[in-house]
Amino acid sequence: MREAASVARSQPQVVGERQGRPLPRRWAAEVSAVAAIAHRDFVKLLRDRVRLFSELAFPLVLILLLGPALQSGFGAPGGLDLTTFVFTGVLAQTIWQSAVMGLVSLIADREEDFSQEIFVSPVSRYSIVAGKIIGESLVALPTGLGIVIVGLLIGVPLTPVVLIVLIPISLAVAVSGGAFGLLLLSNISSQRTANQIFPFVLLPQFFLAGVFNPIHDLPGPLAVLSAISPMRYAVELTRNVVYGLQPDVPAPDIAGLAVNAAALAGSFLVFIAAGTVLFVRAERNR
Amino acid sequence: MTLAAATTPSATSTDSTATPAIHVDALVKRYRKADRNAVDGISFEVGAGEFFALLGPNGAGKTTTLSILTTTLAPTAGRARIDGFDVVTDASTVRQRVGIIFQKPSLDRNLTGEENVRLHAILYGLYPYAPAFRLMAPGYRQQVREWAELLGLGHEIFDPVRTYSGGMLRKLEIVRSLVHRPRVLFLDEPTTGLDAPSRRALWAYLRDVRREHDTTIVLTSHYLEEAEQADRICVIDSGRIVATGSPSDLTAALASEWLIVDADDRGRLRDELVRLGHAPSGDGPFRIDVGTRNAHGVLRAIETPLTVVRTHAPSLEDAYLEIVSRAELGDA
Repeated sequence: MREAASVARSQPQVVGERQGRPLPRRWAAEVSAVAAIAHRDFVKLLRDRVRLFSELAFPLVLILLLGPALQSGFGAPGGLDLTTFVFTGVLAQTIWQSAVMGLVSLIADREEDFSQEIFVSPVSRYSIVAGKIIGESLVALPTGLGIVIVGLLIGVPLTPVVLIVLIPISLAVAVSGGAFGLLLLSNISSQRTANQIFPFVLLPQFFLAGVFNPIHDLPGPLAVLSAISPMRYAVELTRNVVYGLQPDVPAPDIAGLAVNAAALAGSFLVFIAAGTVLFVRAERNR
Repeated sequence: MTLAAATTPSATSTDSTATPAIHVDALVKRYRKADRNAVDGISFEVGAGEFFALLGPNGAGKTTTLSILTTTLAPTAGRARIDGFDVVTDASTVRQRVGIIFQKPSLDRNLTGEENVRLHAILYGLYPYAPAFRLMAPGYRQQVREWAELLGLGHEIFDPVRTYSGGMLRKLEIVRSLVHRPRVLFLDEPTTGLDAPSRRALWAYLRDVRREHDTTIVLTSHYLEEAEQADRICVIDSGRIVATGSPSDLTAALASEWLIVDADDRGRLRDELVRLGHAPSGDGPFRIDVGTRNAHGVLRAIETPLTVVRTHAPSLEDAYLEIVSRAELGDA
C-alpha cells in the first residue's frame, strides 16, 4: 500500500495530451523527443567502447596499410600522394557507412524490442526518423575524429582551416548516409536480410565511389554505376575540401564542389522523402 | 463452434453506459504473405478499471491483438477503440492513453535506470529535453527520487540497468510504463522468466496500482494462476474467441466435475449406476461425470453402500485445456 500511495504521489501533475495542446507546445514536445532520441544514440555509443574501437580499427588498417602499399606498387600517379587520397576516401566512407549502419540498427532494435518503447510512444514517426538520423550522425563523428587524429600523426596535410571546414562537411556526409540507411531500412524486414544485402549495396560503392581508386577513367557501364553511387558524392565532397583548401597538395581529377554538394543534397532529399514515407508505411503494415 | 455463446450471453462487459476502456469490433489481421488470418474477426469489450486476461496457446493471436490495440500494427479489417479513440485514425491519442509491458524487456541496457525513465518522460511530452539529469526540470528530479525509493533503489537508479536483477528490471519497466498515467496498461506475458517470489511481488504491486488509479489492465499469460485473478478471461485460439467469462463461469460451464465411487459389491453398484443413467467404465472404482454442482444429488440416489467417494473439482486449467481442445476439434 505504501508503494501504491507513492506511485500516486510520484505522478506528474499535468499529463499532457498532444492533441489538446496549442501548436507551439506540440512542436516543442516533438523537438524535445527528437533531441532525446538522438541523445540516447550518442550516449549508447560512448558507453559501448568495443563498438567505438571496432569502428576505428577497419579504417585505420586501410589508411595505415593500403595507402603506403598502393604508393609502393604504383608510385605517385600524377604526383598524387596515395596516403592522403586513401585517407580522404576512408574518412568520408567511414562516416557515411557508420550512419547507414546506425539507421539499419533500428531493425535489430525492433527485433530485440529495445526500441518498441519509442514506437508505442505518442511521438510522431517523422520525429523518430529525425532523431535517429541526427543521433547516428553524431555517433559517426567521434570515429571521424579518431581517423583525423591518426591522419595528422602520419603526416597527412591538414591545415586548421581544413579541419574546421571538415566538421560541417562530415556532418553533411553523415546525414546523407543516414538518409540512405533509412531508405534501406524501409525496404528490409529483418537483420538477416540486412546482413545479406550489405555486400551488394555497400561493398561495390567502395570502388564505384573511388575510396581508394581514382574513378575519372571508368568504362561506360561502371561510370554510370559510379554516378549513381551516393557514397561517391560524400567522398568527393570531402576531397573538395581537403584538396581545394590546400592548392599546393597535388589533387585528383574529381568533380567540383558545387556539383558534389548539389548531388549530395539532391540525393539526400530523395532518400529522406522516399525513406520516411516507406518507413512509416512499412512500420504499420507488417 | 459456438462455445463463446455457450459460456456467457455476450462477450461484452456488464457496464454498458460508460465508454468502455477497450472496444474491439470484428478485428482481422492477416500478415503479408500469410495464408490465414492471425486474428480472425474478434470482438470484445473491456470496461474501465477491469482486469481482463487474454489466454490462448502460442500463435493464437494474443500478441497480434495487443500490437493492434497499442497502434504498432495496422488491422486488416474491423475496428478497435481505446477510451473511445480509434487506434487507426486517433493513433497518437491512443498512444498517450496506453502503457505496455512487452514480452521481452524493452529497457536500454547501456543506459541507467534514470536515463530509461527520462527518455520515456520526454517522449510522452511530460518534460522538455535536457542533456543531463542535473539540467532537467526540478519536478522531474524530485520524482526520480520518489521512483528510486519506490523501487527500493538508492543511488543505483543512476547505474546502467544491465546491473539490475530480472525482477528489478520488470518493476522498473512497470514504473516507467505508468509515468504518463495510462488509462489502459497492457501486459504481454510480463512474468515470463521471473522466479516465483518476483512474480508474486510484481502482482502485489500491480494490484496496488490498479486499486489506486483504477487502471484497466489487459494481460496475456501462460500462467493460469495469474489469469485466475482476472475479472474476465477471453480465450482465443487460431485468431478466434472460443470462450469468455469470469474464471468461475468458465470453470463451471466448461469443465464438469466427476466422482470416483467404489463399493464392496461392485456388481451391484455397476448395475445401479447403469440403471441411474450413468455410464461406469472398467471394473471399479467407477468414474461418473456429474456435470456441474450436481455431485450431491448423484450420491443421494445411490443406495449401494459405498466404500470410496472422491470428488474432482475442475480447475481453470482443466477448463482452459478443454476449451482449447474443443476448439481444435471444431477446426478439424
